[in-house]
Amino acid sequence: MSDAAPVIEARGLSKAFGGVHALRDVRLAARAGEVLALLGENGAGKSTLIKIITGVYQPDAGEILLDGRPARFTDTRAALDQGVAAIYQEPSLFPDLDVAENIFVGRQPIRAGRVDWRTMYEEAGALLRRLGVRLDPRIKARELSVAQMQMVEIARAISVNARVLIMDEPTSSLTQGEVEELFVIVRQLRDSGAAIIFISHRLEELFALADRVTVLRDGAYVDTRPLAGVTTEDLIRLMVGRDLAELFPKQHVAAGELALEVEGLGLPGRFSDVSFELRRGEIVGMAGLVGAGRTEVAEALFGVMPAASGHIRIDGHEVTVSGPEQAMALGIGYVPEDRKQHGLVLAMSIAQNITLPTLRRFARMGWLSGAAERRSAAEDATRLEVKMSSLDQPASQLSGGNQQKVVLAKWLSTNPQVLILDEPTRGIDVGTKAAVHQLMSQLAAEGIAILMISSELPEILGMSDRILVMREGQISGRFSRAEATQERLMAAATGTG
Amino acid sequence: MAKRFLRWEWLLVALIVVMSVVNTRLSPFFLEPTNLLRASSDFMEIGIMMLPMVFIIITGNIDLSVASTLGLSASLLGYLHNAGWNIWLAAAMALLAGALCGLLNGALIARLGLPSLVVTLGTFSFYRGLAYALLGDQAARGYPEAFTLIGQGRLPGTRVPYALLLFIVLAVIFTLVLRGTRFGRYLYAIGNNEAASRYSGVPVRRIKLMIYTLSGLMSALAGMVLAARFGSTRPDIGSGLELTVITITVLGGVSIAGGVGTMVGASLSLLLIGITRFGMGLMNLQGQVQGIAIGALLILSILLPQVGGWLAKRHVWGRATLLPVGAALLVAVAFGWFFFWSRGLMLAAQ
Repeated sequence: MSDAAPVIEARGLSKAFGGVHALRDVRLAARAGEVLALLGENGAGKSTLIKIITGVYQPDAGEILLDGRPARFTDTRAALDQGVAAIYQEPSLFPDLDVAENIFVGRQPIRAGRVDWRTMYEEAGALLRRLGVRLDPRIKARELSVAQMQMVEIARAISVNARVLIMDEPTSSLTQGEVEELFVIVRQLRDSGAAIIFISHRLEELFALADRVTVLRDGAYVDTRPLAGVTTEDLIRLMVGRDLAELFPKQHVAAGELALEVEGLGLPGRFSDVSFELRRGEIVGMAGLVGAGRTEVAEALFGVMPAASGHIRIDGHEVTVSGPEQAMALGIGYVPEDRKQHGLVLAMSIAQNITLPTLRRFARMGWLSGAAERRSAAEDATRLEVKMSSLDQPASQLSGGNQQKVVLAKWLSTNPQVLILDEPTRGIDVGTKAAVHQLMSQLAAEGIAILMISSELPEILGMSDRILVMREGQISGRFSRAEATQERLMAAATGTG
Repeated sequence: MAKRFLRWEWLLVALIVVMSVVNTRLSPFFLEPTNLLRASSDFMEIGIMMLPMVFIIITGNIDLSVASTLGLSASLLGYLHNAGWNIWLAAAMALLAGALCGLLNGALIARLGLPSLVVTLGTFSFYRGLAYALLGDQAARGYPEAFTLIGQGRLPGTRVPYALLLFIVLAVIFTLVLRGTRFGRYLYAIGNNEAASRYSGVPVRRIKLMIYTLSGLMSALAGMVLAARFGSTRPDIGSGLELTVITITVLGGVSIAGGVGTMVGASLSLLLIGITRFGMGLMNLQGQVQGIAIGALLILSILLPQVGGWLAKRHVWGRATLLPVGAALLVAVAFGWFFFWSRGLMLAAQ
């Protein structure tokens, strides 16, 4: 353990935001040549910890040691100058600058008072080759995929000789293949002596990549363990502080009458000839690759972008859905994929978000009754166990999991008969995820028909009664719960079956 | 968020107090109720147009065509009057025309999804052009006294102008609608996140159509008040007022980015600009200097939250409550100084 002195160490870090303790006495230590996983539910304090380490926030108490010496990062630039770099879920490149410019932004090689373009492109090319990335340094960042953007950010971190690289959920918007490529590079960086702090909600990724794991819960330090000796169940227990009875609590519900029939639905350029049916009490999973047209079908059913052809029948009656307002009146609810853009009005309060679709109920001649509105919002928030300081708190202040609960509360308040859930558990922690699955089972038992779009195959397999697979705008596979396997679904999704 | 609005409104109140004190010291006539009430008439058209402008800016849109709509409807009134129509029938037609102008704006913005800045920039020229087409270079005159009373008359037995009364009634209605109704909530929701509002079943298009139509109607009403006050209509009536209306709205704390603002703030801002202009008028300050002062006031007040935020971040003062007070003082002093300085400038020039 002689070479195991930590490169970066945090001791006794505390941080409060207006009376709310985001972190209490948290510690963490990452050694050279290891990948340290940082694990915790949403709201456990991971982001705050990372932001303190990278100089975005200043701690209220505690210290950061770099190579055993106290370090103080007044801002991200100071952290970067001392070799601490971070890569976030959403890459932050300048879209109109090219790859090389993005790598060297603010530090372009200068010769005779002018940017030395030749040297810059050469060095950028060399850096990318070192990473084993085939990428032309002259391409504009706007044309890159998310995975490629992350490679550019990694190249930028290497170019400043970062010894500590923090990766905050870098895999959440990557495909499986891209994740593999990223891991190859991360291992390479690790072997060259960098300390890597890696955050992900996907436990299987942590097992594949990390050496040790530090777990946080409710802003406090729980434990640090080598990953070699722990199981998924151990990690979940550490994270949520209790045993999770089951990850996918699917109850068996006898399917009832037809709630929704879709026949030959089409929208040129998006999807075509989509037909399926949904019965009361049923959960139908919709799998497929990103861009297969699943969200487009959901948006057509909800009237956000109505279909051009085909038939929709609700309870046997033919309907045309021309807008969300009308879809709501027909008993359709839609929890959209993009929580922040489409699910919530972030600046408004939790109560106002929950009652937005149902305001009509609290209005008399257009005049709102504040008391009735609050009572109803409070009921919905309590039912979903939203963790909040008050109903008046802006939705923007909640963690991802709690925001998703608010979106669910909002749609449940409309009493939908058909509920469409688009990636209902993306980017939320294990505890909330289990709660959402529990809720889905319960809603199905109450007789609601659920269409669940998900890119996570275990979720699809675990929660669905039947499974539809979409590929290139068409339904390419239909499976019963019994006959579906991960391999069969993938084959249908990619067309290799 | 509510706290922030409150602070902004207190800042406006502080500035109103400072301006009143400065004005009183500069002119003994300032505080005379007769003067104040008479001066208020100059602002009622602007105020009437400001009310729907607050709605529109809260949704993150804008209407540059309000003064042109005012011009078009006042010109239509004059045209029909010249053609021998009954004045009330003509006024009703003018109001209808204003509402149609707004409806056209709304249809282009809501149905076709065009940006409101471009649409209303277009209709800004278009509606004014129509006003010229109706009246040519002529002025329409000779409105019956019963009509001009709207702009010139006072409540019997008092010195309160009808126009002021009209504005106050409308302002109360608009305030209640914004604060207490479903419609008002939708306006804030659309301004904060239009997509999420649409996904939540908010009838975004219908709301946009409604607020633009309302804006057209109110502009036409302002046109009637203005024509009644002048007793005549020229096609250039009210030119340039749209910028005053927008300035007052923004100074009132209504964020141009949408989603934030109150009717109370905008009304205080109207009062502030009103007494500032009136005070300057009492001292025979030219329009250009008034423009400089109001421009400076707008920029200073927009700068202020930034400065406040900067100070708070640097922990210059421990208590955040000190900030708005300090900032208000800063602006007030700067503004008072500018006021005296500009007056000296004018005296020196004479």
